[in-house]
Amino acid sequence: MPVILATDLIVYFLAGSIVYFAIATRKEGILSSAWRELKRNRLAMASLAILLAYAGVALLDSVRYRDPVVEDNGRVARAADGSVIYSAQALSLLDRAVEGLRTNTEKTYSAPFASTLYSKESVELPDGTIKRDYPPLKHPRSHWLGTDKVGNDVLYTALKGVRTGIVIGAGTTIVIIPFAIFFGVFAGYYGGFIDDIVQYIYTTLASIPGVLLIVAFMLLFGSSGYQGGLISRSEIYLKFFVPNDRLFWLCLILGITSWTDLCRLIRGETLKLRELEYVQASRAFGISKPGIIYRHIVPNVMHLVLITFVLQFSGLVLAEAILSYIGIGVGPEMGSWGNMINTARLELSRDPVVWWNLFGAFLFMLALVLPANIFGDAVRDALDPRLRFR
Amino acid sequence: MLTYIIRRILYAVPIILGVNILTAVLFFYVNTPDDMARKILGEKNVTPAAIENWKRDHGYNLPAFLNAGEKGTAKLTQTVFFQKSVPLLWFDFGRSDRNNIDIGNEIRHRMWPSLAISVPMFVIGVVIDLFLAMMLAYYRGTYLDLWGLFLGVAMMSVSTLFYIIGGQYFLGKVLKLFPVSGYDTGLYSAKFIILPVVIGIISTVGSGVRFYRTVFLEEINKDYIRTARAKGLSEGKVLFKHALKNAMIPVLTNVVVSIPFLFYGSLIMETFFAIPGLGNFTIEAIQAQDFAIVRSMVYLGSILYIVGLILTDISYTLVDPRVRFE
Repeated sequence: MPVILATDLIVYFLAGSIVYFAIATRKEGILSSAWRELKRNRLAMASLAILLAYAGVALLDSVRYRDPVVEDNGRVARAADGSVIYSAQALSLLDRAVEGLRTNTEKTYSAPFASTLYSKESVELPDGTIKRDYPPLKHPRSHWLGTDKVGNDVLYTALKGVRTGIVIGAGTTIVIIPFAIFFGVFAGYYGGFIDDIVQYIYTTLASIPGVLLIVAFMLLFGSSGYQGGLISRSEIYLKFFVPNDRLFWLCLILGITSWTDLCRLIRGETLKLRELEYVQASRAFGISKPGIIYRHIVPNVMHLVLITFVLQFSGLVLAEAILSYIGIGVGPEMGSWGNMINTARLELSRDPVVWWNLFGAFLFMLALVLPANIFGDAVRDALDPRLRFR
Repeated sequence: MLTYIIRRILYAVPIILGVNILTAVLFFYVNTPDDMARKILGEKNVTPAAIENWKRDHGYNLPAFLNAGEKGTAKLTQTVFFQKSVPLLWFDFGRSDRNNIDIGNEIRHRMWPSLAISVPMFVIGVVIDLFLAMMLAYYRGTYLDLWGLFLGVAMMSVSTLFYIIGGQYFLGKVLKLFPVSGYDTGLYSAKFIILPVVIGIISTVGSGVRFYRTVFLEEINKDYIRTARAKGLSEGKVLFKHALKNAMIPVLTNVVVSIPFLFYGSLIMETFFAIPGLGNFTIEAIQAQDFAIVRSMVYLGSILYIVGLILTDISYTLVDPRVRFE
């Protein structure tokens, strides 16, 4: 039985856009010339490969379904009316692919590649005597990044964080694109009173410090929404859709605080495009204003959308970690690097020190944000080098 | 010049009003005083009478925006918006919801620890960023430039949290160079300040150097630089005298806008290092769900940003003779 979260739609949209751009670069146009330039940049291509791998993991982690409940006698459990009862846990394809990582838990901390636990316990030896020693692991040498306090594999936790990172980094911009284009283009093309209003709105929103606005929103909308783990009956609609997804609200709120830059860029570009000859020509031919906007303006500001998307990505991934640290990010059951850092903070003051939780989060974040920064710069330089100085 | 400044400040008035109304809508309408009372008194087992009591004690028992029960101007003044939000315009922050402390007084006291951290961090940080950026620009195209740039991008790809946790661990706990966290009064605070300042500078040096390097390279490719070289000036003189002066204009936009924010300190830094500044104050209020403090701090942050924008525009007119007062 499939289950779709609101944020899964974002991931599907992202995957669709990647396919769309892959096809669009085959045709002649601004995208294909930018692609030719990008292909010469080997560092950017390597970054792209890593980013695609991350996106693939996120996509795998966004296709999920619930298994039927199996009774002790091996038969599928059925309700009174004969319909199949499904488990409250929706496992994703990723969960199923790395089944071993998910289920091979230990009792508590163990270091990477270790074969014993990290702390001494009373162990019963074969001859019956009891000795304080490091007890052996149930799955020795299988935890590449060690295990955490409750014995979960850190590599698995870090992998689960990939989807959260990608959704925040990509979803935030995807959610705001329609608004930014709408307001930016209308303000730029119609000018006058509409322009004043739109400028007023985004200046006001921009002048509230982003973090504080996010905090205020999250305080107000509080702890509601699906936060990972088991899905309750009240959260699921039509048996497969979970609309009240906390991560989605986080995207939306981050979006409200970050749409102003894109809106301002699009407005400026529209102001310039409006005066170009071919736009004036279509005006002279009597094409309506919405027609011109749809045919000539919007397609010509799309490169700004793409640039903003890749440039904002890394900052948003980093912002998620900070929000989770303050305690207003995603819930503890939804894997997130911010939560890993948060727990790791206390583990560093233990003696001997537990470092692999922090290291796991560090590794996975750096491996996403660094390529994103490099690729973002390359895309901007290929599409519009003038933006470097904005 | 004076008329320009006055006009620029007048432009800010509707934005300040907008921010005030927006915070009021968020905190009084979307999240009603009833919700606030319930959160503070505990989610469960709250009687309606207890909520009414709390609202009356804290002055939230009025209608949000329009009091139909009153006459004349009292219709507008006898509202939560007018009693609680409008006084923010003259920086009357009122009292906190939880401990009934004077927020304005608290802000005046707590801004000093914030400033003690943020001012050295900002000044030393900008100087180091500029210096390193000039160096990369001087050696542009060499391996030093390439690897310096790569290091910069790598450094800005690491979350601030890692710098703080790593710095506290290695510099504070392992090497025992500085106390890990805490604060003291007067000159004794110096030893607590160094670690956050060092970490703060390291965590922003990547993006800073990268930005300023781009600015310098933009200047270096201009015609007047070619002229300066053609008349036989040394590369150092060209760079440090001619290019630096003109590059100051984009640098100023980046720098001036953040000056007012120095009062605010840093949310993350101050909580990690237990510095009793305004950032810490805000985080504490968030965790305690004290909406009066959060509202005041949101409003104060917006004002500081607007002041920063005005200062930026004014500094433009001072350093760049091409900018006219229009």
